[in-house]
Amino acid sequence: MTQARAYLDHAASAPMLPEAREAWLAASESVGNPSSLHTSGRLARRLVEESRESVAADLGVRPSEVIFTAGGTEADNLAVKGLAWEQPQRPRILCSTIEHHAVLDPVAWLGETGREIDWLPVDELGRVDPDVVRARLGDDVALCTVMWANNEVGTVQPVAAIAAACGEAGVAFHTDAVQALGQLPVNGALPGLTSLALSGHKIGAPVGVGALIARRDARITPVLHGGGQERDVRSGTLDAPSIAAFAVAVRHAVAAQADHAARMVSLRGELVDGIQRVAPGAILNGDPVDRLPGNVHVSFPGCEGDTLLMLLDAAGVECSTGSACTAGVPEPSHVLEAMGIDPALARGSLRFSLGCTSTEADVDRLLEVLPSAVDRASRAAAPRLRRTR
Amino acid sequence: MRVIAALSGGVDSAVAAARAVDAGHEVVGVHLALSRAQSATGRSKGCCSVADAQDARRVADVLDIPYYVWDLSEDFARDVVDDFVESYREGLTPNPCLRCNETIKFAAVLDRALALGFEAVCTGHYARIEEGPHGPELHRAIDPVKDQSYVLSVLTPDQIAATLLPLGHSRKPQVREEAAQRGMRVADKPDSHDICFIPDGDTSAWLRERLGEAPGEIVDVATGAVVGQHSGAYAFTIGQRRGLDLREPAPSGGRRYVVDVDHAEARVFVGEEQLLAASTIEAHDPLWCGPAAASGDRVSVQIRAHGDPVGAVLDVQGHRVIAHLDEPARGVAPGQAMAMYDGTRVVGSATIVRR
Repeated sequence: MTQARAYLDHAASAPMLPEAREAWLAASESVGNPSSLHTSGRLARRLVEESRESVAADLGVRPSEVIFTAGGTEADNLAVKGLAWEQPQRPRILCSTIEHHAVLDPVAWLGETGREIDWLPVDELGRVDPDVVRARLGDDVALCTVMWANNEVGTVQPVAAIAAACGEAGVAFHTDAVQALGQLPVNGALPGLTSLALSGHKIGAPVGVGALIARRDARITPVLHGGGQERDVRSGTLDAPSIAAFAVAVRHAVAAQADHAARMVSLRGELVDGIQRVAPGAILNGDPVDRLPGNVHVSFPGCEGDTLLMLLDAAGVECSTGSACTAGVPEPSHVLEAMGIDPALARGSLRFSLGCTSTEADVDRLLEVLPSAVDRASRAAAPRLRRTR
Repeated sequence: MRVIAALSGGVDSAVAAARAVDAGHEVVGVHLALSRAQSATGRSKGCCSVADAQDARRVADVLDIPYYVWDLSEDFARDVVDDFVESYREGLTPNPCLRCNETIKFAAVLDRALALGFEAVCTGHYARIEEGPHGPELHRAIDPVKDQSYVLSVLTPDQIAATLLPLGHSRKPQVREEAAQRGMRVADKPDSHDICFIPDGDTSAWLRERLGEAPGEIVDVATGAVVGQHSGAYAFTIGQRRGLDLREPAPSGGRRYVVDVDHAEARVFVGEEQLLAASTIEAHDPLWCGPAAASGDRVSVQIRAHGDPVGAVLDVQGHRVIAHLDEPARGVAPGQAMAMYDGTRVVGSATIVRR
């Protein structure tokens, strides 16, 4: 395929930021384990600690509150399991029904080990009600976890209110801010917040690096035991080049957030208006206002999402069905189900996620090829050779 | 042609897709997500298909063709799995592979492919499509060991015309060798034999889970004596010998087979082999792969996926087809398909109702 491709899947993985790549490559030239005591080790350690201070400053926390991990999934696992394991005398865990699998699955697994899971419902826009959280908090709750913004439908959660409620109740509160960073102002020192998970590759750092921002007094049982490199909570040789690149990407994400969000909102407006113009039956999901600036989530009635994705891919437009995949096997979206969206409609959904490299030309390309894709996909859903006996 | 190659993750579909690419077709690989099982966390996952989906993806990589997964698990659950369970409940013996070809691979998938602008579906089945006087004809594969024309005998001319079967002229060892030469890691992957949605192969246990225990008696038709007990009549197929666990030996000392099953009374009847012999077979709802057969037509009929063909003369009466066999057949089980052949050409098939 020689045509230019429109990449509208930044929420899955964003292109690497040139400055982050430079930092990454520069650091990769040097040998040295940050835990070694010789000069090379010290230089590597210095890079890690400078990166830690940089990330801490950008998120409004102390350097000791930054725990580098191998990505968002690890950060979420560490927080969810580590915070819950510290408080076995508190059986309950509050968790929203629309979490990313990196939170949802560890929570469900804790349920299998005997913890009581109190699933927090969402409204039809995919939003958790802080009053519901407040009503369910108690001294038998070890952990409450609600994501900052949803990766599928883009709805921003009232994390400040939920964090405050948890703080008042003395309950640990974790939030997955993987999608929020760079698109929304993210404050790591939000009152009541215990921990916050971040991922590098969503903001232009390489895949395989992330961080858990965890308050100094947060007690967390390690998931990975070993050298205890990170606060004795996370073990494993520190990946100095990736951490350096991550710090550069976080710096850029935070500094450019307001401008980036404004540009995304404008581009998203064109995309949404265009979809409503060329595919009038399309239904927009998620909160229309309080949402991730780069996220557009649409259901196309009478179509299968995987068919649409294939047709758009063939036409040079890359997007996502939004839900998790196991080796490419699409799963029904637990997020859309939690929002009460009809399963047939849910299957006909696509997520378009804009990012730093997105342009009007990308939007135009999508709008150019979308009508015929929707037309073909809706015809593909109608049986002809299928017969019933 | 623009072709959808169904990639199961096995060696046959991989080589079939490769040959379609070599033939100059524009090929897109599609893995069908058919079975789903609930995992421990309540998430539904492609159950047996995750590793297969990865193998299929690697085949597409090697061929440098696009690759997608189509989720047909709902269609499959309804049209194949539920049909399988309901057939057993009714005392029939279904063939789920045949049903899958009829309703999924060459129907739901082909429907979607045609609507998306493709012209054909390519699979790794061992059967041939040859041009005949009335259009494309379905024929047996040249490899009698692998011939799968029986499970394709439900295809209609429209479906056959939009199907590519590149392996019909090959033998299995050639196909494996070709896969190895093409650098496909599935070259030595073992053949699948079991029913794909019963991963452990224990069909009786799987059915018991869904149909429950329905204990009853096993009766010897010769003496009328109760010679054993069973936990569910649905687990027995006419012609079956294993798994009867009979307490009393037959008066003659010979082997006994399931010769009839009364599902209403949950009674399984056993008797000697000659009782299984049927000289006529009645089957309903024929599907013709080409022009419909007429009364008096000489054919050979096959009543199992790997059964021997038997010569027969047909009597076609609307939706009823009666085959008068040259020599008696045994193990004629209601629910199975009777495939009819004219030489190597598949004439059609119909569902056996009685012998």
